[in-house]
Formats: sequence, C-alpha cells, structure tokens
Amino acid sequence: MEILRNLLNAYRLRWKRRRFLFRAFCKRNQLKPVADRTAQILDDDILVVSTVRNELIRLPHFLEHYRRLGVNHFLFVDNNSDDGTREYLAKEPDVSLWSTAQSYRLSRFGVDWLTWLQLKYAHGHWCLTLDADEILIYPHHDTRSLKALVNWLDQTGRRSFGTLMLDMYPKGRLNDRLYQPGDDPFEILSWFDGGNYMIRKQPLLQNLWIQGGVRARHFFADQPRRAPTMGKTPLVKWHRRYAYVSSSHSILPRQLNCVYDEAGGERLSGILLHTKFLHTATERSAEEKKRGEHFANSSQYDSYYDSIADNPDLWCDRSTRLIGWRQLEAMGLMSKGNWV
Amino acid sequence: MSVGIVMLVHTAFDRAEQVVRHWSAAGCPLVIHADKLVPGKAYDAFVQSVADVPDVRFSKRHRCEWGTWGLVAATQSAANLMLEEFPDVRHVYLASGSCLPLRPVQELIDYLAERPNTDFIESATTADVPWTVGGLDQERFVLRFPFSWRKQKFLFDKYVSLQRFVRFKRKIPNGIVPHMGSQWWCLTRQTLSAILQDPEREVYDRYFKKVWIPDESYFQTLARQYSRQIESRSLTLSKFDYQGKPHIFYDDHLQLLRRSDCFVARKIWPFADRLYEAFLTDQASAMKRTEPNPGKIDRIFAKAVDRRLRGRPGLFMQSRFPSEDRENGLTCAPYSVFQGFTDLFDNFESWLTKTSGARVHGHLFAPKRVEFSEQQTVMNGALSDSAEIRDYNPRAFLVNLIWNTRGERQCFQFGPRDNQEIQIDMAKDPNAQISVVSGAWAVPLFRSNRDFSDIRQEAALLQQIESKHLEILRSQWTRARIRIWTMSEFIEAPMEALQTIVDEIGQQNLRGLAEVPKMADLTGFGQFLQNLKNQGMHPYLMGDFPVEHNLHEPQQSKRKPYLVR
Repeated sequence: MEILRNLLNAYRLRWKRRRFLFRAFCKRNQLKPVADRTAQILDDDILVVSTVRNELIRLPHFLEHYRRLGVNHFLFVDNNSDDGTREYLAKEPDVSLWSTAQSYRLSRFGVDWLTWLQLKYAHGHWCLTLDADEILIYPHHDTRSLKALVNWLDQTGRRSFGTLMLDMYPKGRLNDRLYQPGDDPFEILSWFDGGNYMIRKQPLLQNLWIQGGVRARHFFADQPRRAPTMGKTPLVKWHRRYAYVSSSHSILPRQLNCVYDEAGGERLSGILLHTKFLHTATERSAEEKKRGEHFANSSQYDSYYDSIADNPDLWCDRSTRLIGWRQLEAMGLMSKGNWV
Repeated sequence: MSVGIVMLVHTAFDRAEQVVRHWSAAGCPLVIHADKLVPGKAYDAFVQSVADVPDVRFSKRHRCEWGTWGLVAATQSAANLMLEEFPDVRHVYLASGSCLPLRPVQELIDYLAERPNTDFIESATTADVPWTVGGLDQERFVLRFPFSWRKQKFLFDKYVSLQRFVRFKRKIPNGIVPHMGSQWWCLTRQTLSAILQDPEREVYDRYFKKVWIPDESYFQTLARQYSRQIESRSLTLSKFDYQGKPHIFYDDHLQLLRRSDCFVARKIWPFADRLYEAFLTDQASAMKRTEPNPGKIDRIFAKAVDRRLRGRPGLFMQSRFPSEDRENGLTCAPYSVFQGFTDLFDNFESWLTKTSGARVHGHLFAPKRVEFSEQQTVMNGALSDSAEIRDYNPRAFLVNLIWNTRGERQCFQFGPRDNQEIQIDMAKDPNAQISVVSGAWAVPLFRSNRDFSDIRQEAALLQQIESKHLEILRSQWTRARIRIWTMSEFIEAPMEALQTIVDEIGQQNLRGLAEVPKMADLTGFGQFLQNLKNQGMHPYLMGDFPVEHNLHEPQQSKRKPYLVR
C-alpha cells in the first residue's frame, strides 16, 4: 500500500514538473533579450540566474561577491525596473539580460521565466538561482572558490546544495544608516537571530520547511504559520528537465530536495545572507503592498508590509553579531560536513 | 639516480606536467601511464609538453576504472618499463598526477638511500583493519566481481548476494595471505622485480583480476612474499573519507601540509595554485631529517568523518535532520523539569537558582507566554517568548533552547496547566530529568479565593491531565530520568528529595543544602481535599492527607530537616 501510494505520488509530481516546464515554455515570449552574451558560456561554467526589479543599489556588491566566488556568467530577467537597473546590467561584460513587463506573480514569482532560461542555457552546469538580496556563503568560502565546492559535490555524487536563509538586520531603525552601492552591506546589516529556527519535513516534496529568524520573531509572533520560509536549495547541477516549485525553496524531481542527512550525520551546507533590511526596505515595503505581487494571497500580509514601512528596530539584546563562516558553522547554522 | 617515479595520470595534465618537471629536476627518471580513456588529442599534447624533459617514458595504456584490474595492469606495465629502461633505479615510487611532493625531492632520495632494502607499502590483513567500504573485507578476496561498482551497482550488489546465497568461495592460489593497504607504495627493485618476474605471476594475475579493488591488494599481498624488510606504511599522505573517496587538499591546507613532514601528498585540487607554487618552487634546502608525521592531519580528517556520519547531537538544521528514531534523544545537553514544586514552595525558583547555579525558568510551556528566567522576553539565540511561536513547533522550541544555552544547565517548571504537547518528546529524551510532585496543583486552588464549584471543576480537569502525564512518564519507552512523589510522600521528607535532585544537577553545592525553600502553609489542606471528595470529585494524586490539620504541618517542623551529605 505504502509503495503504491509512493508510486502514485511520484507520478503526480512528474506531471506537476512537466506542467511547470510547459508553463515556462509558454512564457518564453514574455522575455525580450536586452543583452545576450550567452555565447560566452563555456562547458564547466558556473551560472547565476536571477529575476530583479529595481535592485540598482544592491547589484554592484552582488556581482562583485559572486565574481569573486568564481561565477562565470549571470543570466538576469529585469522585471520592469525604473531605477536604471536594466541599463546597468546591460553594460556588464559577463551578464546576459532579458526584460519583461509582465506580472511577477503570474510567472510564479519569476520562476517560470528563470526555468525557461535554465532549460535553455543551464543544462549540465552548476547553477545558482538567487534574488539580488541573497549573498551565498559556505564553509571555507574565503579560501575556496565555488569551483572547488562544485567539484567536491560532483565527487561525492551530489546534485544539489542546501542553505539556510539568514535575515540580516541593523542595530537601530532601518532608516538610520544609509547604504551606498558597492559597500559591504554587512557593515550595516551585521546582526541576525542565531537559534530560533523551526523545521518540519514536507512529506510530499521531502524538503525541509524551515521557518524562523527575525521576521518570524518580530512580524509573525502571533501567526507563525505565515512566517516566511527560510530554507533554500539555490545551487543545483542543472538538467533541462528540472523545475523549481516555489522560488528556490523546493525543486522537482524531489530527490534534489534531500540535502540533509536523516541518520544523524551532517552534510555540507551553506547560508544565504539576506540583505532585505537595508534602508530601502521601508519604501519598498509600501510599494510592494500596493503592487501585491509577492504572495499568493497578498492581502493577508498587509500588516507585515505596514510594520516594515514603519521603520522598526529589529535588534534585540539576544541578537548575534556576524563574525564569519566559522562562527556560523560553530553555531550549527551551517555545516562543513566532511569537507575539511 | 636511485629513485624512479611511476606516475598514473588521467586528468589535469598541466599540473602533471609541473610535477613531472619537478621530479625530473631532482634527477628522478619517470615512467608515465595515461589512462586509455584520455582522448588522443589531450594525450598527444601532454606527451609534447614534456618532450624536452629528460628520462621520461610513456608506458602502454590501459583502461583504468576505479576498483578494477586496469589500475594494476597499468602499474605493472609502467613498473616493468622503469626497471628495464633505468637500471640504476633502486626504489620505485608509485605516484599519481594529483600527487604533490611536499619536501625537497633530495630529502626523499636521501631518506631512501639510508634504507636501501626497505619496502614502504601499507599492508595489513583484512582482520586487522577497519577500512572496509561497502562492507566487503574478507569477501573481496573470495567472491567474484565482474561488474562495475560505479556503473553497474545493481548487478554488482545482486551478484554479491547471489554468491553469498550459494556460499560460493574462490580458492586463493598458493596459500597466499591477502593483505590490503594504500595503493601508493615505494618498492625496491628486488621486491618489485620478484613480483613482476615471478613464474607464478600468471596464476596471481588471473586470481586478482576478479578481486574487488585489486590495486589495494595486489602489490600489498605479493610484497609480503618477497620483501626482505617491509615498513607497513605509505610515504604518500593520502586520506580517504567514509565512502572510500580521497580527501582533497586546498590552498588553505598549506600550513597543515607543511607541518606534516610527509614526502608526498594526494590528492591536491588542480586549481590550488598556492599549494603548487609553494611546494614546487625551490625550497631553501635546510635538509630536515625528520620522520613524516601525519598525526595532526589524521585527527582532523577522523573528526570530519565523525561529523559527517554522526554529527552534533541535538542539532537540527538544513543539512542535519535526524528522523525520529535515529537520534539518541532529542536535545544536546541534560536539563531538569520540575512539576509541582513551585506550587508547593513559595520561592522555589530563586532558591534553586541559588543552590544549583543553573538557569531556572518558570513555566516555559505556560499558556499565555513563555516564562523565561528573570522575565526576559527573548532568550539566547533570539528565542521569542511568544506562546504562539512556541506552540507552533514545541519540539523545535525545546531543542533550540537547549542548543542555544550549551554550557549552562537549564531548569524549568512544568505542570498540568501548561501546553502538554511536548510531554512525549521530553519523556523520550534521555537528557531530561523530570521530577514530579503529583497533586501539588491543588495547592494554588486551595489557596485561591474562588467559588468552590469552579475549583472543583478545575481540580477534576487538572487531575485528569496530570494522571495522563504520569502514565506517559511511567510507560516502558520512557528514557528520561524520572522521579515521582505523591504530595503527601514528598512533604514527609522534602529535604531528602530536594537534595537528590540538586545533586543530580551536579554543580557547586559540595556542602549540602544550606538554605531551605519556604513551603506553603498547608493548614487545612486535608479538609480542603475532603471537601472536594464531599462534592463528588475524588482527588487521589496527592496521596493520603488526613482531615485533622495538625498532622502534616511542615511549618512547625517537629524534627529537623534531614540533610544528606
């Protein structure tokens, strides 16, 4: 019986994945190429794919960080920016850019667009699916490039790499300190919640549903179920038949979600430092509330948007100050597994 | 020209070329074997690139797949060629393209010259070594392995099971005793030629072709037949993880490798520029005569394997989520749970803090908010006092609290008025030390100023909850440390009970209990219980309390509290 149910689920998920791929195929014409440099992509290149909207302030540091880690090519979809993001990205030599004015929400929060780009360009590559406010770190990231990481994942037979998203915030109100493009955002956003994450395993997709962090503590203390999902699987050795289900929280085929050990051991994992709470967060929150493009049932998040727009102080006296990856590793927020 | 290098290469030819030049510069002749799977173009380019290096030969190419005979065949051809072409060579050193000499080659030459008849080859019988990947130790010598472990895993496994089922056993030829060890060795001409020119070699080769991973056993076994002096260790520093895959060295291992004093290390990541730069440039030749000392590296890698297989107990994260039955317990450190003590004593929490030095919380699972110690609204790790967040995932709450406060003993209160969802997890957790004074929940009711019908109703409810709780604590799969007293039992000799509990927390307190917590005034409690009974509610969890109020009055202690030393 159990086996039968399992087979049935697997079959349903297979069709779900095909539906996602078909959606991506249908949406391909929404993407208008602005700068197509995909001819530069070589066999072993590591790629970043991302949907952006008005991220000019974050992009310089974002690009610098990932270039330093050894990303070879960036594939961006610009969703209707009006702050010069498109012009900025179009000029970068290792960036391919598409633009679209269509709905972010109807594209499953940009995933359909990215799935199309991945299907077309990322097959056989290690591919990072990121938002512009996510900065990936992993054990030894200061001395070992992404290439070292993916070589090692290849060698150990892994095709996906799990991370925890860590909301970083300043001490004091969000607007207190202004961030300049290109600066290290973690000079300002140097605090995080160190040990309040709640994990459940999703029975169908087998991914870990992680919630917690400062947003759960501060904005969702009375309705924790609605707190944002903090687990992501952003780094995948892509195959053209793969598809993310919701953002990069879960992916199909579901074996790729098994980035954790269930027998008690620790696997290698990393962290996405989340730079959402720069001073721009307050304005942006008001705007996002108006657009209603970020959640499936956006109106239920109105109070969340309002409280960010209120310019809150997220810091508490049990916040932890970011020192480096060794600290995060020792705290158990990520693990180097046996990659020493 | 006393040391010859046999080098097996299959990838990263630019690095191999660098290392070839390095060996050659010190006067070592080389025989290189390139995997047959290497495309012709890449192979030709590689041959061209080292064309100007003196004393380099290329041997006949074989297909080398991990775990198969090909690697041994390759080594045989290359070693043969080495012995024929370079008659001066005394020791033959087997290395790979991703090996990196850590010490000046001259030091290795001197080291071997001082030990002209010693074979350095790790070689141990299967009974003596724990490295058995895939659970095949002795069996790899008595079963047949025609299928690839990597590409035909299913057939491989099935064929092994089949042979086990029919109790198939191969005969080991000529009564040799199979030995295993690192595939990277350094043998003398005498031993090596004896192996290669053995009249029985046909027989051995035929046997080892069907042994699993013969590159770890062929030379290791046969060297035992001929060697005059075996040092059973490899001169190449090479660590393997639990899957039998080699650990890789990166730039940040530079100091570690320097301090190891080993001659050669593998496997080096081909893009580790700093390592290649540091070890392949001419080193100041302050000749060290130290023995290789891989101890520190051994420890680091052993710890890594342990972390990968066992992990840190009590940690739940994105890459460690032990399924319920796999982990021994839930939390990472011992903690104490007290039920009924705050009802019975007025100042229990402050007293316990003072006596035990532990952190003492109130009712962490109270319905309105999490009562952290000292009225804090957030605890270590920014753990919120929101009851909603806690109740959303009580298990994660408890695990996080204990994990975040590692190094500080946690104590908290629990009772039938609290959220009961966590009780099963606690009962199953060997780190929990649960002490219960049953029925003590009646004391606040007794002291309250409420309508008796309300009291009666609540008493019935609380009694029901607590008796269920006790049932769980007494069940067979409970693994927590449990102590249960009825209230009447407890107030007979409270100090004795408190002393054991505090002792178990085990911090400070070498001189017994200096101070005693203040017990609530229980005058009339017996009558109170009788009233409940008269109303048809039968309170039984607190044990027997006589109606006459004088009998159990701990306030006017008739005898001195009994102190345990």
